[in-house]
Amino acid sequence: MQASIQLQRKPEVQYLLRIGDTTLILAQRLGEWCGHAPALEEDIALTNMALDLIGQSRALLTHAGALEGAGHDEDQLAFLRDERDYFNATIAELPRGDFAFTVLRNLMVATWAKLLWERLIDSSDADLAATAGKAVKEARYHQQHAADWVVRLADSTPEARKRIDAALIALWRFTPELFESDAVDAAASAAGLGPRRSDLREPWLAEMTAVFDEAGLAVPAESGYRSTGTRGVHSEHMGFILAEMQHLQRSFPGGAW
Amino acid sequence: MSTNDQEWPLWEVFVRSKAGLDHKHCGSLHAADSKMAIQMGRDVYTRRQEGVSVWVVRSDQIVASDPGDKAMYFDPAEDKVYRHPTFYELPKSVDHM
Repeated sequence: MQASIQLQRKPEVQYLLRIGDTTLILAQRLGEWCGHAPALEEDIALTNMALDLIGQSRALLTHAGALEGAGHDEDQLAFLRDERDYFNATIAELPRGDFAFTVLRNLMVATWAKLLWERLIDSSDADLAATAGKAVKEARYHQQHAADWVVRLADSTPEARKRIDAALIALWRFTPELFESDAVDAAASAAGLGPRRSDLREPWLAEMTAVFDEAGLAVPAESGYRSTGTRGVHSEHMGFILAEMQHLQRSFPGGAW
Repeated sequence: MSTNDQEWPLWEVFVRSKAGLDHKHCGSLHAADSKMAIQMGRDVYTRRQEGVSVWVVRSDQIVASDPGDKAMYFDPAEDKVYRHPTFYELPKSVDHM
């Protein structure tokens, strides 16, 4: 059994891992739809997006490993950290739920990601800026695809509407975490690495409101609850998803095919 | 084809591989409307860099020749190779027709 790696917690490393782990864990959740989506075409669409997210994660984790300076590569960072060293937003690790939950979460995360990548194009870190230039196109499509489905479902059968309503209640309280700021954000902002999470709050809410208006959904009041995945403190679902993701690398260290 | 009217209609997908070339038929898919058909066409048929543009058209909007007319329509062209322009001497300046 392969032992866990010890992560050096530098602010810039944590800043990158918050993004790269969110895309990594959401990709794993989207991958769970492979063979299970409501239509073949949608099956391919969801797994395409999962692969886009994996690609973004690879670039971010590789770069985070370089900045960390401890010789960790993308695979070690993806598969050999302990749970507390993952910094994805909690919303990404929630179980995949039904299709309504999936597309609404995709809309929330993709809108956040698109706004973030748009700003990271101007990062002082050339490597991150290059990743952003590629990823922003992917995120734009993810957002459009998800928004389209949210509007369709909300404006469809009573059953579909009921599911979108339920998904909104379940997911909304996990969104404030995406826009909190702490010392990691302050350091990134000061260094020109990227924006504070709180900088994205207003544009995110504006874009979400536009979609909700079209869908006939009311924007819920802000929840007082704060999830804490970006600080490494995860929900009860995280251990299970990591067990599934890490099993092969732990059992067959360095395994490749 | 299914007669279930809950089923999404069928669409034919055409992809242009690069600017300047024509759109080629590459397959079909089910989608609720044209917007969804374009997105799904993109997802299903251009994921390996096959294209830069997608057309979709409802399959039931395509009018096709009757397979029963195949012999009458197409066989008469078989022995008329002179219809190919290769029989004409072309000036060098228009060589690549």
